[in-house]
Amino acid sequence: MARPEMQQDTEMPDSGKTIVMDVLRYRPEQDDRPVLQSYEVPFSDDMSVLQGLQYIKDYLDGSLSFRWSCRMAICGSCGMMINGRPQLACKTFLRDIYPEHVRVEALAHFPIERDLVIVMDDFIEKLESIKPYIIEKQPRPLAEGEYLQTPAERDLYEQFSSCINCMLCYAACPQYGLNPKFLGPGIIALLHRYNLDSRDAGAEQRKPLVNSEDGVYNCTAVGFCSEVCPKLVDPANAVNVNKMEAAKDYFLRLVRPRGGGK
Amino acid sequence: MEIYAADVAIVGAGGAGLRAAIAVAEADPALRIALISKVYPMRSHTVAAEGGSAAVVQSQDSLDYHFNDTVGGGDWLCEQDVVEYFVAHCPEEMVQLEHWGCPWSRKPDGHVNVRAFGGMKIERTWFAADKTGFHMLHTLFQTSIKYPSIRRFDEHFCIDLVDADGRVQGIVAIEIRSGRFILVKAKAVIIATGGAGRVFRENTNGGIVTGDGMALAYRHGVALRDMEFMQYHPTCMPGTGLLFTEACRGEGGFLLNKDGYRYLQDYGLGPAQDKPRNKYMELGPRDRLSQAFWYEQQKGRTLSGPYGAYVDLDLRHLGKARLLERLPQIYEMAETFMGIDPAKQPIPVRPAVHYTMGGITVDGRCATSLPGLYAVGECASVGIHGANRLGSNSLAELCVFGKLAGTEAASFAKSAPSGDTKSLVARAAASQQRIEELLKNSDGSERIATLRKEMAQSMEEGCGIYRLAGSMQATCDKLMELRQRFRNIKVEDKSRVWNSNWLMAIELGYQLEVAQAIAHSAINRKESRGAHQRLDGYEKRDDVNYLKHSLAYFNADAAPRIEYGAVKITKSQPGIRAYGAAGDAAGH
Repeated sequence: MARPEMQQDTEMPDSGKTIVMDVLRYRPEQDDRPVLQSYEVPFSDDMSVLQGLQYIKDYLDGSLSFRWSCRMAICGSCGMMINGRPQLACKTFLRDIYPEHVRVEALAHFPIERDLVIVMDDFIEKLESIKPYIIEKQPRPLAEGEYLQTPAERDLYEQFSSCINCMLCYAACPQYGLNPKFLGPGIIALLHRYNLDSRDAGAEQRKPLVNSEDGVYNCTAVGFCSEVCPKLVDPANAVNVNKMEAAKDYFLRLVRPRGGGK
Repeated sequence: MEIYAADVAIVGAGGAGLRAAIAVAEADPALRIALISKVYPMRSHTVAAEGGSAAVVQSQDSLDYHFNDTVGGGDWLCEQDVVEYFVAHCPEEMVQLEHWGCPWSRKPDGHVNVRAFGGMKIERTWFAADKTGFHMLHTLFQTSIKYPSIRRFDEHFCIDLVDADGRVQGIVAIEIRSGRFILVKAKAVIIATGGAGRVFRENTNGGIVTGDGMALAYRHGVALRDMEFMQYHPTCMPGTGLLFTEACRGEGGFLLNKDGYRYLQDYGLGPAQDKPRNKYMELGPRDRLSQAFWYEQQKGRTLSGPYGAYVDLDLRHLGKARLLERLPQIYEMAETFMGIDPAKQPIPVRPAVHYTMGGITVDGRCATSLPGLYAVGECASVGIHGANRLGSNSLAELCVFGKLAGTEAASFAKSAPSGDTKSLVARAAASQQRIEELLKNSDGSERIATLRKEMAQSMEEGCGIYRLAGSMQATCDKLMELRQRFRNIKVEDKSRVWNSNWLMAIELGYQLEVAQAIAHSAINRKESRGAHQRLDGYEKRDDVNYLKHSLAYFNADAAPRIEYGAVKITKSQPGIRAYGAAGDAAGH
C-alpha cells in the first residue's frame, strides 16, 4: 500500500486520522484489466471523497486520473461508484464511510477510458439526438419581448431542467446496463423538460424517440435512477409519464383514421 | 499531426464561447466553426454562477442608471463607450436567452422577475432561482446543438495559438483521450477560456479556472490589462471558498459580526434598515464589503473557526419557504457541506477570490492587438468592470460580447485569405515538441502540487484584499523563483491517454505567468482604487497619475513589462464613490 506523506495541506486541518481508499485503476497503455490500488489518506471530518482523491493525485500518485471541477455539485463531472453506489465525489464525505475502506470505481455501465474516467460518447450522442432546444411554433422577434410564462407553467418543467448530466442515473439503471441503446433516464427527463415547456412546440418531433423500441418502454420501473439523482430531478417520473403518453398515443393511432390528428 | 480546417476556432465552451459559436453560425451558416474546450461544455465554470444577470427591464429603471452604477462601481476605470454599448444590449440578450428556453424566474403575470443586487440602484438582475449560470450554460449548450456548422472538440486542451504573417491562423490542442495533437487551422480565433482565480488559495472557482487563454494571448504579445483587480467575493465558505451568492443579500440576508451587529453600517454603507435597500448595507458593492470584513477582523470582531476568521450570513428571517424558492442551491450547500440549516442557523462566511476583472486587452469590438484574435468573457478585458465588477454584470457580458465577438470574428474570417498549411504545420509541430518535452524530460524533483500551493499562498499574502509594497515584492520574487523551479518539474505519468498529470503541469505554467502579470501590475499601481487597496502611503485614489489601465506585457523569462493605457471617458467624470446615505447625498 502506498504510504501518505504527511504533508501539511493548507485547505485541511490535520486531524491525525487516516482512511484507506481502494481505487479502481485502469491505464489502457499498460493494464490488461482494471485493478484495485489502495492508498492511505489523511482526512478531516469535512473532507469529501473528491478531496481524498485530490490528495492522492497531489501527494501519493500523480498518475491517478479523474474528472472534477466545481466542487459544489453543479458541474456534474465527478460522478463515480463509491462503495458500490453511484454518487458525486464532491458531495460524499469520508466521515460517513470511516473507518471502513472507501471503494472508488468508474461509473458502472460505461466503458472505462482510464481510471475513474468513463467514455461518455453514448450519453452525449443521445443528448444531441433529442432536439434539446426550444422548437418554436413560429419565430418570435426579440422586439416582441419575452414569452409570458406563469410561475405555475415554469414549475411544470423546472425540476426536469435541473439535470446536471452527471450520469449517476445511467449507472443506477439496470436496463441501461443490459441494453445500452436505451435512451435512459437523464435524457428522457431532458426531453420531457422541453415537451413540458409552454414555449415549445416540438413534442411531435421528439415522439418517435420516446415511443421507439429503445425509448420509454425499456424502463422496468426500478426507480433507482431517481434515488441516486443528486438534484432531485426524478427521471423515473419523466419516464413513466411518457410511458402513459406513449401508450395513449398508440391507442389513439389505432382508433383514429390515418391523418386524423389534432 | 491531424489537421482540421475551420473558419473560426473558439477556445472555451462556457457561456461566452457558446454564445460566440451561435453568433458565428447565425451570421453565416457556411462558416465552419471549431469549438474547442478542455471539458465538456456543461462542465465549464459558467455553471457555478448563481445570482443572476443584469439587464434594464423595469419602467423606473434606465440605461443611464445601469451605466452609472457600472462606471461608479468600477471606480471610473471602465471604458465608458463600451459600457454604453453593454447596457444597451443587455435586455435583448436576456430576451434572446428566454426565447432559447432559459427558465427565468417569473412574476405571477408571467413576465420575467428581477431581484436586487449589490451596487445596483434599481432591481435589474434576471435570475433562475440561484442557479442562473447553470441554466444559462445548459440553455446555450443545448441550443448550440441546433447548428450543424458548430463542430465541437470536447476535452481538447489548447496548448498554443499559431500565428503567421502577422495574424493568428489557428490553434494547437491535445486530444485528451488519446494524447494526440491536432492543428485547428482558422482564419479567426476567439479565446473564451474564463478567469484565473485558481492562482489564489481560497477561491470560489472550479479546478479548471487556470487562466489558460490569458497566458496564450500574453505569450503571443497581447497585453493583459488591469490584472491587479481581483475580486474578493464577501460571502464564501471558509476553507473551500465555495460561493454563497450575493442574491442571499439581495433577498434580504444580513451580515453579522461576533456581537450579532450589522457591522457594515460602520463602513459608510448605512444606516441599517430591516428591509433591503439598494446600494445600502448588504447591498453595497463587493470590494467595499470584503474590505469591511478585513477591518472587522483587525478589530477582533469576527468569529473564529477551523479555517480562520468568519462572519455570519443570517438568512433566518427570510423563512424556509422563501429560501427554498429563491435560494435552493444555497440551502442545499449549507446543509450538505456545512451541516447547517440556514432557516435555523446563520451561515459562516468570509471573503474569497472570485473573479478576474482584468484580462486579455480587447477593443470595444472584442478584437485584440493580434489581427484575427478575439477574446471574450472573464478571460478578456473589454472594459466594463473597471476596478470592481458589479455582481450580475458578468453573465450579461458573456452574452452581449459573446455575440459581438462571434459576428466580428465571422466577418474577419470571411475577408481573410487561407494561410499556408505547410508553414502552419511547422509552427504547430514546434509547439507540440515543446509540450512533449514537458512529458518526456520532466524527471525533476519539483512536485506540481507543491509549486501550485506555494504560488497560491503567496498570491493571497501579497495580492489580497489589502496590499503592501513589501508583501507584493515578496510575491513577485516568489513567482520568479517558482518559474525557475518549474523548469525542474516532475511529471510522473508518462502515458498519453487522459494524462491529467501532464495537463496540470501545463496549466501550472499558464498560472505562474498570469500570476506574475497580476502581482507586477499590483505593485506598480501606487494608489488605491476598487479592489486594489494599499496601506503603505497610497491609500487614496490618484486620478492624476493612475486613471489609467495597467498593461502587462510578456517578457520571456524576465518579469512582465508594465505600461499604461488611456481610459475612455464619455459622460461620467470621475467622482466620489459613495454608498448608503452618503451615496444618496452625492446624488448616486
